[in-house]
Amino acid sequence: MLEIKNLNVHYGVIHALKNASLTVNKGEIVTLIGANGAGKTTTLRTISGLNNATSGEIFLEGQNITNLPAPDRVELGLSQVPEGRRVFPEMSVLENLELGAFLRKDKTNIKKDLEHIYELFPILGKRKHQSSGTLSGGEQQMLAMGRALMSQPKILLLDEPSMGLAPLLVREIFKIITDINNSGTTILLVEQNASMALSIAHRAYVIENGSIVMSGTGEELAKSSEIQKAYLGGK
Amino acid sequence: MDQFLQQMVNGLSLGSIYALIALGYTMVYGIIKLINFAHGDIYMIGAYIGFAATTYVHLGFFPALILSMIVCAILGMIIERVAYKPLRNSSRITVLITAIGVSLLLEYSMMFFVGAEVRSYPKVLTNHLFHFGGVRVNMQQIYILVTAVALMILLQYIVTKTKTGKAMRAVSIDKDAAQLMGIRVDKTISITFAIGSAFAGAAGVLVGIYYNSIDPLMGMMPGLKAFVAAVFGGIGSIPGAMIGGLAIGIMETLVAGYGNSMYRDAAVFAFLILILILKPSGLLGKNEREKV
Repeated sequence: MLEIKNLNVHYGVIHALKNASLTVNKGEIVTLIGANGAGKTTTLRTISGLNNATSGEIFLEGQNITNLPAPDRVELGLSQVPEGRRVFPEMSVLENLELGAFLRKDKTNIKKDLEHIYELFPILGKRKHQSSGTLSGGEQQMLAMGRALMSQPKILLLDEPSMGLAPLLVREIFKIITDINNSGTTILLVEQNASMALSIAHRAYVIENGSIVMSGTGEELAKSSEIQKAYLGGK
Repeated sequence: MDQFLQQMVNGLSLGSIYALIALGYTMVYGIIKLINFAHGDIYMIGAYIGFAATTYVHLGFFPALILSMIVCAILGMIIERVAYKPLRNSSRITVLITAIGVSLLLEYSMMFFVGAEVRSYPKVLTNHLFHFGGVRVNMQQIYILVTAVALMILLQYIVTKTKTGKAMRAVSIDKDAAQLMGIRVDKTISITFAIGSAFAGAAGVLVGIYYNSIDPLMGMMPGLKAFVAAVFGGIGSIPGAMIGGLAIGIMETLVAGYGNSMYRDAAVFAFLILILILKPSGLLGKNEREKV
């Protein structure tokens, strides 16, 4: 589904991503874990086209998308929930969701999908006319996810969905991520909360200082002593 | 009382012209955070297009208005493409200086091509006067008010109801997030310049008809005053620009009517200083969150 090969990204003189390669197969939940500043968000932003790669290639379903502008990648079925939700605070919940379907023209199906989003996140249905800046952090996360789903993505990129949320809410969000995956959407999840991420992921990559240093199934990595030490608080 | 109402009517006509110009300032600022100092000159060119259309082609008011809006829209898009787009990632001051350069370029190339002399518009509207009690309203004022209000309603509709308008709002709030929705930022910015410039073009024609005289430097003062109007309303806010424009227009005619018309410009800029001291974000402006 998604493949990145030897990707390098620079911010000025800073080499933020070094020869990163990873693959996400159709139907999988793949997670990319790592510490703050390791290059997780850079990886996602480069995949979605918000950052430019200095070298390397990105393929979506076999098509080279490395040099496509971000909106074209959305059209091809790639959708990102950005770090910090980034909902449009001055707009209503409904307007945010409608913007998620910006490139779609099938009005009746958009309506159906809206209903589907309200089923997935009932609170959004109750607040659809409320301006989204007034929502709580958890509700905004749900809105950002619902908005990303409105483009009917083949692959959904999630950047730190647990950030700033209470543990109970984190569990709920992760349950919904699993549900979304079960209904056929491939997922690439970036997380600092390694234990939660590994618990739902089929496979995982570990990124340190811009380089991918380890990969394996979610279970394998959760048991690995290095991961235990570095990310899971184990000894 | 009659005199006061009369000044209000005059102020509303002048104010709705300022409002039309202020809308372009505020929309462009909202989307790329640029005070487009060339905006007043687009209004000047709009006035000349209207002049040419009515004088040489003998078009009526509405065809001339629409022609001027179309030409100004195209001009606005070209200016954005050639002068501002290459500087999209430069510092704001660089773009601002470029805008001043574009403004001078427009003023003096116009002077080169059409001469510096003042020209007067032909009579496109009848000189009919309406009396409401002691208040006189002429045909020009009615056309100005109706046109301005219709355009503002149209704009409000575009911005709140259409997909293009929603894209414009999304881009002005958060460019990255907008791109993730599939919105093309460059195209949206281009459309914003087109709409803002079309409004300036319309204001140019209205002013030509109202004051009956145009010249290549006519855009400077109304451009600055419309900028004050946009700041007063809260720069970036569309309803703010409408209210600000009307307020500045009314203030100016009241100062001219009751005080001394020599002070009308001074009053507007003194008012700007007051706003900047008392409420820098303007009437309907938001306090900018500084992102760290």
